[in-house]
Amino acid sequence: MRRLGEYILFLKKMFSNREPLTTYVRLFFQECINIGINSLFLVGFVSLFVGAVIALQMAYNIVSPLLPKYIIGLATREMMILEMAPTLSAIVFAGKVGSQIAGGIGTMRITEQIDALEVMGINSASYLVLPKIIAGMAMLPLLAILSAALGIWGGYLATIFGNLSPTEDYIYGIQNTFVSFEVPFAIIKAFVFGFIVTSISAFKGYNVKGGALEVGKASTDAVTASCIAILAADFILADTLLS
Amino acid sequence: MIEIKNVGKSFQGKEVLMGISATFEKGKTNMIIGASGTGKSVLLKTIVGLFSPDKGSVLYDGRDFHASTIREQKIIRGEIGMLFQGSALFDSLTVAENVRFPLNIHSDMSESEKDDKVNFYLKRVGLENAAHKMPSEISGGMQKRVGIARAIVMNSQYLFCDEPNSGLDPQTAWMIDQLIHEITQEYNLTTVIVSHDMNSVMEIGEYIMFMYKGLKIWEGTKDEILDAEPKELKDFLFSNKLVRTFKGI
Ligand SMILES: Nc1ncnc2c1ncn2[C@@H]1O[C@H](COP(=O)(O)OP(=O)(O)OP(=O)(O)O)[C@@H](O)[C@H]1O
Ligand SMILES: [Mg+2]
Repeated sequence: MRRLGEYILFLKKMFSNREPLTTYVRLFFQECINIGINSLFLVGFVSLFVGAVIALQMAYNIVSPLLPKYIIGLATREMMILEMAPTLSAIVFAGKVGSQIAGGIGTMRITEQIDALEVMGINSASYLVLPKIIAGMAMLPLLAILSAALGIWGGYLATIFGNLSPTEDYIYGIQNTFVSFEVPFAIIKAFVFGFIVTSISAFKGYNVKGGALEVGKASTDAVTASCIAILAADFILADTLLS
Repeated sequence: MIEIKNVGKSFQGKEVLMGISATFEKGKTNMIIGASGTGKSVLLKTIVGLFSPDKGSVLYDGRDFHASTIREQKIIRGEIGMLFQGSALFDSLTVAENVRFPLNIHSDMSESEKDDKVNFYLKRVGLENAAHKMPSEISGGMQKRVGIARAIVMNSQYLFCDEPNSGLDPQTAWMIDQLIHEITQEYNLTTVIVSHDMNSVMEIGEYIMFMYKGLKIWEGTKDEILDAEPKELKDFLFSNKLVRTFKGI
């Protein structure tokens, strides 16, 4: 509970007395490139396979001839967009980007680089963290969209190579009874997760005390805490936005 | 000139500084010495505003730092340069970018003026050839010199150094000491150095303040220090063989 209070104070410190906005624009774009590229490959790879596996397992589960084959496409789409794309991307993102943020900021803390910024009169919390948070909130929705697309494509490939159903059925399935709110819902989720991962990881790194060992611990803590927070937020968002 | 008045600081009920007063004059290398864990770094960090004191005040040429508004503090900070124990260079920036960094924050110079300034100070510390290297590619002594260049690039008035020659061989350490001393006189800085290296104290210390467990026990010049009275200071000084030999005991 005390950690939560410190976390909120940390977020507040970030917004009080920050540098002029122009300072952040360049930092923001740097972070976007850094963060985006960092997790692009793994998110893509995971999504493709998860989509394929969903399709395979759906096909395996449909034993009844009464169930139409297009269910495979429909289920792959639903699962990818609603849950897998935003949540799985966020978890991968926490593992790759979150640990990197905590490690990077933690190292800056123990090598007194953060003190050096403060002595120069810079609000180190906002200078270091704000661009990362905003970049995370901008990039994770993009990654989630990519993830959903690749997942659905992965299911399509599995349908072809696994001979699960005629491809027309799969295509029909992914278009069938499409609820358009699901896409903005997924984007909102990714947006929130982007904030969660970057801010928690930065918080962990910023408060490192000690040496290299503690930095390593902060990195793993950042991933653990981010994952727990992602799943909790996932539940809360589903509960509030879908009912 | 920097005056500190009755500065006190505790962490979680543990009193680290117990009311310290001192005056650090302009154009002089002022040194804070003392054993490990006596609060030298905490005092230095309180003076530069990284910690806020529980009591007392820090005056920069009459301006009370901790009582100033954030805007006023920012002005004073533009005049402060600090060299950290581990140099604290930004490891994602090149040497030249590190030195340029304070200019980007505090000054509205044109890019070419900044270039000139960065080159000037890199040359002053003898590193014009390392401008495009990364901090990880240069030696510890070179990192310290980059740190010094970064600390004075803003035409700083006040220079703070936390153990500037820790982790350096005696010759490089001597060179860093000399560089700080020269720069202090050249630019008429108020320089405050934390150290426990008696060699640098005897080389460049013009005003010396000895700390022991959060208190100032003694102050004076390097000519007076070998005859100083307090037992704690004697223990500190004469644990060093060189100083003993020098004094003939
Ligand atoms: N941020 C902090 N929080 C809690 N205690 C601290 C903090 N910084 C320093 N201390 C404590 O204050 C005391 C003095 O530390 P300080 O770093 O000033 O010693 P020092 O004189 O610089 O020693 P050294 O020569 O080893 O650098 C130590 O006991 C340390 O544990
Ligand atoms: Mg120290």
